[in-house]
Amino acid sequence: MEDVEIMAYGREDGSVGVRNHVALIAVDHAGAVVVEGVSKLLRGVEAVSHQYGRLQFGEDLNLTFETLIGIGCNPNVAAAVVVGIEPNWTTKIAEEIAKRSKKPVESAWVIGQGTISAIEEVAKKARDLVSWATEIRREPHKLSELIIGVKCGASDTTSGIASNPVIGRVGEWIVDNGGTFIFGETTELAGGEHIIASRFENDEEREKFLKVFNEYIEFAKSKGVDILGSQPTQENIAGGLTTIEEKALGNIQKVPNRPIKGVLKPAEKPRGKGVWFMDTSSSAQEQVTLLAAAGAAIHLFSTGKGNTVGNQIVPVIKITGNPRTAKQMRDNIDVDVSGITMGEITLDDGAKKVYDFMVKVANGKLTAAEILRHDNFAITRLYPSM
Amino acid sequence: MRVYIHNEKDNVAVALEDLKPGERIKISKGGFEVGIEIKQEIPFGHKIALEKIKAGEKVVKYGEVIGMATSDINPGEHVHVHNLKSLKYT
Repeated sequence: MEDVEIMAYGREDGSVGVRNHVALIAVDHAGAVVVEGVSKLLRGVEAVSHQYGRLQFGEDLNLTFETLIGIGCNPNVAAAVVVGIEPNWTTKIAEEIAKRSKKPVESAWVIGQGTISAIEEVAKKARDLVSWATEIRREPHKLSELIIGVKCGASDTTSGIASNPVIGRVGEWIVDNGGTFIFGETTELAGGEHIIASRFENDEEREKFLKVFNEYIEFAKSKGVDILGSQPTQENIAGGLTTIEEKALGNIQKVPNRPIKGVLKPAEKPRGKGVWFMDTSSSAQEQVTLLAAAGAAIHLFSTGKGNTVGNQIVPVIKITGNPRTAKQMRDNIDVDVSGITMGEITLDDGAKKVYDFMVKVANGKLTAAEILRHDNFAITRLYPSM
Repeated sequence: MRVYIHNEKDNVAVALEDLKPGERIKISKGGFEVGIEIKQEIPFGHKIALEKIKAGEKVVKYGEVIGMATSDINPGEHVHVHNLKSLKYT
């Protein structure tokens, strides 16, 4: 498949985005109230809100920081206002976004003025940034300049037959054109980890992958959960899946069958083009958020039974191979590839449908999750707060 | 098309509808069209053997090994937990 010209937003740092949001990023619960308030007053802003950011420490705090900084740096963001309870962490995050992405970034905090005054301050700052951002024009770029993320959720038999293989094929086209593709879901690879491991380009990254994978399996075991022993589930077996290898292979179909460049830490930006593995949870909203923080401009999401996940910064394209889901959840589904499941169209036909839809989204078409405001920003916590 | 073959190396296919004993399906194998008679009930989403798989031989789907046959399986027979087991975790 040919690389396609798209009209997109080229950012100062060389990244390319498909949206032009002014992001209002909450550092903590106090900032969350402010950014949600401002988002009701102004057009052109997206509130990125959550309830964490207090009394976290170490690696867990660092991941929350990297997630918030990464969201600010995402190429779909034109400018940002960072809002927290106090100036210390707030300015640290704002300065880091400005330093890494060279975007205009403002900050504000609640202590010393109260919530209503902070809403006024942030609204004024955001108003000027929206005015500035809406002068930025879309310009000709290539689809291959985008970072594309992938995940599947609420999977069923049709995911392995249709929606996952279709995404894998689209990913191969993207990567063959010099694009960048990120997959994650460490636990979902269980049973097929040897296949993923065999695709790494070099031994150092392969070892890193196996270490990350084995550590997670051991961690789950320490919590009394045997991930390997409990797969496939009774539901999977009833659906026709027999072995853990088979189940994992169904998931792996959405990963382009191309050499894997390396392992990314949660929220880490790819260190070049090609296919990258990120160590993430398999929870949809957490995984989509981590890939958004790594710079994904579009997310391809395969679903059988109909997971509705979205994100306020990154368009999530919902693809199903289940004819019933396509009908019952029409409002939530972007691309119906159930023709593959029905034996009516080929895998390449389905992949072409997804590719064409992705080009439209890159050019500005809103996805179902964007229209329905599925703003599922979720921070991954590594352990409890102090 | 009533069954789906993910990869040309596969020795099993996935039923795209409930298949009944005595029915025939046509698959393309090495450029030739081959007929296979369904031997057992195969529910939607379940696997059917495309060729003779002897006990101890590997079962291949998506072009990858998904486990080992625990008994001889004839073409057209159901491949599932009763005659296929994982090679990785047992």
